[in-house]
Amino acid sequence: MIEVKNLHKSFGDVHILKGITTSFEKGKTNLIIGQSGSGKTVFLKCLLGLFEYEEGSISYEGKNFNELSRNEKTNLRSEMGMVFQGSALFDSMTIAENVMFPLRMFTKQSKTEMEDRVNEVLKRVNLENAHSKMPSEASGGMQKRVAIARAIVNRPKFLFCDEPNSGLDPRTAIVIDNLIQEITDEFNITTVVNTHDMNSVMEIGEKIVFLKDGLLEWEGSSETIFRTENEAVTNFVYSSNLFRKVRKMYLEENN
Amino acid sequence: MLIIFYTLALMKNPITYLQNIGTYFIMIKDIFRRPTKWSVMKPLILKDIDDLIIGSIGIVAFISFFVGGVVAIQTSLNMTSPIMPKYLVGFATRQSIILEFAPTFISIIMAGKVGSFITSSIGTMRVTEQIDALEVMGINGINYLVFPKFIALTLYPFVISIAMFLGILGGLMACVYGGYGTMEDYIEGVQLDFIPFHFIYAFIKTFVFAFLLATIPSYYGYFMKGGALEVGKASTTSFVWTSVMIILVNFLLTSLLLG
Repeated sequence: MIEVKNLHKSFGDVHILKGITTSFEKGKTNLIIGQSGSGKTVFLKCLLGLFEYEEGSISYEGKNFNELSRNEKTNLRSEMGMVFQGSALFDSMTIAENVMFPLRMFTKQSKTEMEDRVNEVLKRVNLENAHSKMPSEASGGMQKRVAIARAIVNRPKFLFCDEPNSGLDPRTAIVIDNLIQEITDEFNITTVVNTHDMNSVMEIGEKIVFLKDGLLEWEGSSETIFRTENEAVTNFVYSSNLFRKVRKMYLEENN
Repeated sequence: MLIIFYTLALMKNPITYLQNIGTYFIMIKDIFRRPTKWSVMKPLILKDIDDLIIGSIGIVAFISFFVGGVVAIQTSLNMTSPIMPKYLVGFATRQSIILEFAPTFISIIMAGKVGSFITSSIGTMRVTEQIDALEVMGINGINYLVFPKFIALTLYPFVISIAMFLGILGGLMACVYGGYGTMEDYIEGVQLDFIPFHFIYAFIKTFVFAFLLATIPSYYGYFMKGGALEVGKASTTSFVWTSVMIILVNFLLTSLLLG
């Protein structure tokens, strides 16, 4: 579980996060949504420890990040997995080497043990035949799956995904969404996904945090988001005709 | 004073400039902090030796050989007085090559070749979030990326030794086959009044330049912001500042060691 209390972050005079308090639950897929410029990416990077914040606290399973020693922070980071928007695969390594990288860095496993784990994880993301390919030879969807495999190979407690569906076709996007959901359930980890994709909101949003202008505007789930009367949320989520119709049908069926 | 004046003249924004210097020295400290596992580091060092040292020998050999020839020809053509002995061509070529051409001139060429490579490769990793990926995993990105380059460039004196040898050889070839003197005269000049400390001076400079070649381009790559366009700009800036620092440090070391 990740608990965030009164988080403030500024860049110079620009106040980006203006006191966010929320929590992300273990074993659930937690989504952060909001318009461009609402502070989602900054919030995610604060959660990852990539940005230092001026005020507030972030606790990972009760451990306040800012109160940890340098070694404890390093240990905590080794328990985090991250899927970047652009996949961020190391382009000088093959797909198998990319996935093996966290094991080589943080474990004392033998080469055979590491290879077995890489095979297992690549099989989990349906890439069992892509070991020797370079990232540049893989499609966008494959790269995302490799990034997920790399993020989970060291059995993290926390999985973060920054817009995992961006640039993917709808079918591949659903595959990635399902994979994230399955991995969260299977390994009972705390997953935080930063997304613009309304399909993801409907499909996998067990907890949804809506940011607006650096403030937490609303939080709920993929079920309560159908019923909310919050204008900012409805304007954002139901901006397309399709989703307005979906919402109308849902409300008619459930009332 | 000259160094301070020159540095001040180059400053556009003194605060930013001082911040950059501070960040650079913090980066140098971080190169040695939280070291990466040796089993991971070893292949990185070998790859950087291949990219930065072995990959530079060809261009260094080519330039050294022909510039050595040019130095010999020009020295010969400018010796118009009949009382000046012919062996001075060899002497002047040796002194020029060992004291300045091989350590300094080659280092500026390397600032373009190796420096741009380092800045653009690290900068591209920054743009594509690969460095963020390292940091999220709890890896000291500076140690992982800069330390192998630093170690690889400790072999830089080997490149400069080749440049010295080929520069003097190029002078010999140009002198003998161009009809500017005999081989005996040239070799006599090369052996004349040899001061071993000049070699020590040259290699002290080489080690310092190697450090600058590894760290300044790494700094510009690691701390760059923006996209693909900025990678190109960072490479250019890195070349300019590496060259400026090589020239300034060359002046400083020459004043201290030979002055």
